[in-house]
Amino acid sequence: MSTILAKKPSTLTDLPMHYCPGCGHGIVHRLLAETFEELNIADRVIGVAPVGCAVFADDYFTCDTVQGAHGRGPAIATGVKRSKPGAIVFSYQGDGDLASIGMAEIVHAAVRSENITVIFINNAIYGMTGGQMAPTTLVGQVATTAPKGRDPKMQGWPINMCEMLSQITGSKYLARVAVDTPQNVLKAKACIKKAFENQVNNVGFSMVEVISQCPTNWHASVEQALEFVRTKMIPQYPLGVFKDEGAK
Amino acid sequence: MTQKTLRKGNEALAEGAIRAGARFFAGYPITPQNEVPEYMAAHMADNGGAFVQAESEVAAINMVYGAAATGTRSMTSSSSPGISLKQEGITYLASADLPCLIVNVMRGGPGLGSISGAQGDYFQATRGGGNGDYHIIVLAPNSVEELGNFPKLGFDLAEKYRMPCMILADGILGQMMESMAFNFDPVDPNKIGKFDWAVDIHKNGRKKSKVFSYKGDNLIADVTERAKRYGLIEKTEARYEARNCEGADVILVAYGLSSRACLEAVSKAEEKGLKVGLFRPITLWPFPSKALKEVSQKAKGILVVEQSLGQLVQDVKLAVGDSVPVGLNAYPAGGQPDGEQILTAAKSLLTGKKEGLFDLQTHAEGFTYECKRDLSLGVQGDRKEVK
Amino acid sequence: MPKIEVDTNRCKACYLCVNVCPKKCLAPSKTISKKGYFPAQQIRPEDCIGCKMCYVMCPDVAITVLKD
Repeated sequence: MSTILAKKPSTLTDLPMHYCPGCGHGIVHRLLAETFEELNIADRVIGVAPVGCAVFADDYFTCDTVQGAHGRGPAIATGVKRSKPGAIVFSYQGDGDLASIGMAEIVHAAVRSENITVIFINNAIYGMTGGQMAPTTLVGQVATTAPKGRDPKMQGWPINMCEMLSQITGSKYLARVAVDTPQNVLKAKACIKKAFENQVNNVGFSMVEVISQCPTNWHASVEQALEFVRTKMIPQYPLGVFKDEGAK
Repeated sequence: MTQKTLRKGNEALAEGAIRAGARFFAGYPITPQNEVPEYMAAHMADNGGAFVQAESEVAAINMVYGAAATGTRSMTSSSSPGISLKQEGITYLASADLPCLIVNVMRGGPGLGSISGAQGDYFQATRGGGNGDYHIIVLAPNSVEELGNFPKLGFDLAEKYRMPCMILADGILGQMMESMAFNFDPVDPNKIGKFDWAVDIHKNGRKKSKVFSYKGDNLIADVTERAKRYGLIEKTEARYEARNCEGADVILVAYGLSSRACLEAVSKAEEKGLKVGLFRPITLWPFPSKALKEVSQKAKGILVVEQSLGQLVQDVKLAVGDSVPVGLNAYPAGGQPDGEQILTAAKSLLTGKKEGLFDLQTHAEGFTYECKRDLSLGVQGDRKEVK
Repeated sequence: MPKIEVDTNRCKACYLCVNVCPKKCLAPSKTISKKGYFPAQQIRPEDCIGCKMCYVMCPDVAITVLKD
């Protein structure tokens, strides 16, 4: 009789994910699913899926889900949470979604300190649409709409969301993590868990930014993509907890 | 039925919505609908609901999307430019088959336009307004009493057919005060019942609910199914009011505030020896085409009175075809109709004169129409042949 | 002895697990999967220490770690 040390959480459906090989989305999905199991909240989680690569995320979680318009996740989550205060509501968003078209929604969800959890996947590129420049694209990074690399004179500089949102009184927990190594994945898990515990404890707006790899649109092998995370992404987007008022 | 009280239109609407079981409201300030969010801010929480002043109309309608997904009676209100911003959310609500109530207290347009009442959003409301093949149910009240009672009807229809419903009200209707009574008992939201499609807290391994807008390969089936529902709605839910149409020479067609001016025209017509009736669509979508065609069979003409530049008249033409002449008495851009002017136009229609009439035939016959915008007289002008 | 099972229906052969395994006991399979990938597989179960790093890194949640 063998014991199971680790396996796919029951809070994920059996449907194989559509993400490209080596993409970070799947790792984050699993961390969320494990968190739902461990906090025993699976029966009351309602997820808000975005527009972007994770548009099909609603198929992968066993919880109830709402999939809405690009950038509006925090507004949709606000509507769900205010109508069902007992639910644990999370919005899952990419960088174009959250830091470009949905900038007003994320900022004001933080301003109102909506008691929701936001998972922000930052891979510095528009994935689903085929590699266009994102608000978080690094200086010099090539994208289909920045074919010579992002030039600050033309396209400005990348935006650091955790640092920006930390200036807002209503944001209560802000952490930036990566999923490039097992160590970082375990740290990411701890932060995601904290962000959901905060919601259970009515702390207020919590967001975890995940620096994720996009081998396909970075035109890199999985190995090279992880190297890019370590040597380029993390220097621009330092990892750590930027705000933790849930601890008080 | 409650006792008659004097209420401002926007406040009657807000109170009516709460009575109808609305328990989520998100909105953004814009004139002339501000009393609605203000009333909600003051009373929603006391009724166990949630009020959110959103960061934008876009956010407000998406909050409604989230709240509606939980099966809560959810609504937003705005005025014309704000409704344009909400179109993103409205098309998503339609595609996700979510019931909700959207209120447009119309003002002048296009663009920022003006804050005076207008009816220029008819096309936007009745044709969908956002991207894709869809409709929303559109209710057009013409009194403060209807404004207060339509939220109940709106929510009931929205839930019955799983689609958004809009109350299309004129700015003046929202701002004016009238004696009114509610014709329904307050709805207990807990007794509306649970919807199997709504997202909720799972209990006892209930099947996963998924509210979504991306249909991919299933889009054809999805749109086709909705089209069938639309067909049923057109057949069964068209609402209208017909007054003095029997034996009338001219039937006025107008909705909302314009229909109130038409009532004045109807009452004055008899003094002047004219036989004038009024056909008032109450649902703008579905448009009561069949009923209009029937009541207008023996009329000598139909005069469409609208506070817009030839929008309602298109549905009237679609309904009656060439069976009866159709004239247009238009008051666009904040112009206000008046009974006397309507009668002048009605007379013109019967006598072949031009006064008070916007000539519908010019374009079709290869003429342009030079508009002299004179709000006191509606739209008039001279025909000019195109070289 | 720990054992690694890879769900070949989920694995997309990114080999994050292969690269992260401290004992190098995972490797690409020589058999193509239904999805058209050469999925990862455990090649030296005797070396496996059950550290679960492969599971932690797998983006497709394709790995089950068992212990006899």
